[in-house]
Amino acid sequence: MNNDYIKSLVEKGKRIDGRKLDEFRKIIVETNISKNAAGSARCRIGETEVIVGVKFDIGEPYPDSPDEGTIIVTAELIPVANPDFELGPPGSKATELARIVDRGIRESKCIDFKKLCIKEREKVWNIFIDIYPMNDDGNLIDASVLASLKALSDAKFPKITDDRVDHETKTNVGLKLNKIPITTTLYKISGNIIVDANNKEEEVIDTRLSVSVADGNIHALQKGGNTPLSFDEISRMIEIAVKKEKELAKFLK
Amino acid sequence: MSYTKRNDGRKFDETRKMEAKLGVIPRADGSAMFKTGDTIAIAAVYGPRELHPKFLQDPEKGILRCNYDMTSFSVPERKKPGPSRRSTEISLVTEKSLLPVLDLKQFPSAVVDVFIEIIQANSGTRCAGITAASMALAHAGVPMRNLVSAVSVGKVGDKIVIDLDKSEEDYEEGATDIPVAMTGNHEITLLQLDGSVSKDELLKALELAKKGCSEIDKLQRKTLRDFYKGVKDE
Amino acid sequence: MGNIMFKEKDLVVPGDVLAEGMDYLPSGGCIRDNDKIVANHLGLVTLENNRFVKVIPLTGKYIPKIGDTVIGQVVDMSFSGWYLNINGPYEAALMVKDVAEFIDKDADLSQFYNFGDLIVAKINRVTRYSNINLTTKGPGLRKVTGGKVISITSTKVPRVIGKQGSMVQMLKEKTNCNIMVGQNGIVWIEGKNPNDELLATEAILKIEQESHIDGLTDKMKEFLESRR
Repeated sequence: MNNDYIKSLVEKGKRIDGRKLDEFRKIIVETNISKNAAGSARCRIGETEVIVGVKFDIGEPYPDSPDEGTIIVTAELIPVANPDFELGPPGSKATELARIVDRGIRESKCIDFKKLCIKEREKVWNIFIDIYPMNDDGNLIDASVLASLKALSDAKFPKITDDRVDHETKTNVGLKLNKIPITTTLYKISGNIIVDANNKEEEVIDTRLSVSVADGNIHALQKGGNTPLSFDEISRMIEIAVKKEKELAKFLK
Repeated sequence: MSYTKRNDGRKFDETRKMEAKLGVIPRADGSAMFKTGDTIAIAAVYGPRELHPKFLQDPEKGILRCNYDMTSFSVPERKKPGPSRRSTEISLVTEKSLLPVLDLKQFPSAVVDVFIEIIQANSGTRCAGITAASMALAHAGVPMRNLVSAVSVGKVGDKIVIDLDKSEEDYEEGATDIPVAMTGNHEITLLQLDGSVSKDELLKALELAKKGCSEIDKLQRKTLRDFYKGVKDE
Repeated sequence: MGNIMFKEKDLVVPGDVLAEGMDYLPSGGCIRDNDKIVANHLGLVTLENNRFVKVIPLTGKYIPKIGDTVIGQVVDMSFSGWYLNINGPYEAALMVKDVAEFIDKDADLSQFYNFGDLIVAKINRVTRYSNINLTTKGPGLRKVTGGKVISITSTKVPRVIGKQGSMVQMLKEKTNCNIMVGQNGIVWIEGKNPNDELLATEAILKIEQESHIDGLTDKMKEFLESRR
């Protein structure tokens, strides 16, 4: 209901909740959300809340990478979080969210897939990263990335007994994360660029760009929305994302 | 074989440690979390709201729709995300357990949606979901003549017990699992059973369920009251 | 003969027994169950005229009533009028014959009220099947432009307005904003600058949260003065 109001505020450099254009809402990241997960985390950004569970299993490697383990990222946009999410198989929004999280982890070489190999061509570790938003007040992407990274850093491999995975027993061997690929999504409204759009702001954005940054390097980009971006806008957005990396990485300590 | 001592040391008529919280999903019209032992359920209510498609509408009264879902990581062996035959059935019996207390005549053609998510499972999930949903419905302001509480009872080995955990559900010598839900007036709205019991054992189990549901009803009422009391005492 | 089982303004939960005996009558938010009166809403219970037990709900969707002034947003249009989202389970219809302006038979309706427009209107008809009719014929009823809109639980509206408008009047003065409160829980705020509007928003949300506390008007006055 406040579309015009939000736009006119952003034109003046202000936000509907009083934040600055480049200001994130309060961020809280916690682990140990779900005991049966190998690793789990909850990320809150303002009232947006996402929980992520990591599970390990043993499977066959892909034929073109016989000595590498795999990650499989899935996002379930459950109606608990947003009454407009429909029950059913993942649609384009859920799929895009999962793939953005996947890309950041994969392209930054955050995880060494070769270390996940148990027996070349036969057995590798598959890491499942399952994302469940619990309350959607905008910016699910950034919250999902933070929760996913925290869950991964918290995860412990299950015990292997008689060649089979014992999902009920954890070892104290964790995953080594070589990089922490932080994603910042930049949104364009009325010619201005903001971070961390809340639910109302997301309804009036012209376009968005998710930028995954690790140690100052850009590892993934995803543009969404219906209007084009100029070279200058992209450059400014990336600059903000690179700055935000340090700020957001603190929440993963 | 005699089940002389419960695996977690509880008495046979003792429920697991319970916890409840209201308003956990800010976007929802009503929401609640209920935890018993290591089972955690979250319920979110949206509605009454307009129901689409139109052919589902009842012009005489509102309808209730429940959806029960477990996160993939709620159980030790990863569960593929999405519905299963089991979750479909649980959604149905959940709806049947809550509908009797709701008064939806004021909302023709509308729907009250209840979404239950199990984020950690150690048996008794459908009961935890119903208990959470009941608080969420009250929080949402849906007219209801009473709350509904739910707990599982059953037979483990030769003992009648309340609030079975997973180890008891899987008891080698056999276990009978009986999820029960009842209103604050002890009218039974959910009753399922799988296993093997005599009529006397069943009646004994139901008496135990009555006791357990009374405890849970007390916790639900306290949780609803405390949610507003907290602000009051500021 | 009968028994009252509560103290004034007790917080009650669905199923709580409020009174016993046939002397008492349920008058909102509660129902009769044989010889008992039982709450069917989460709310505050009160006894009116020594006979009527009433539970004022703390939560719940807006139930449209004839005579209520509401604020809604145009979400659809047909040949005969507009359809408004009034923040409840049902859309409300504003028919051409019920608007203050004179509208020619072949006129383009969007010239008068367009998609997204905010309208202050009065409910003049509610059918059993929840068809709601609005009118803008009447003083103060019109399209509003500018400002922002927030949504509160409709049950808290009386608190935001206050006795004889005392609360909303105080809010207007202390925040320097124009404020209109719809019975449906939609509140329109227009101030000279976004900070004033933010303060008014905060104040109204605070009233919504603490609506069941006594002495709220004084507490709000203190709050607003401390923020100036």
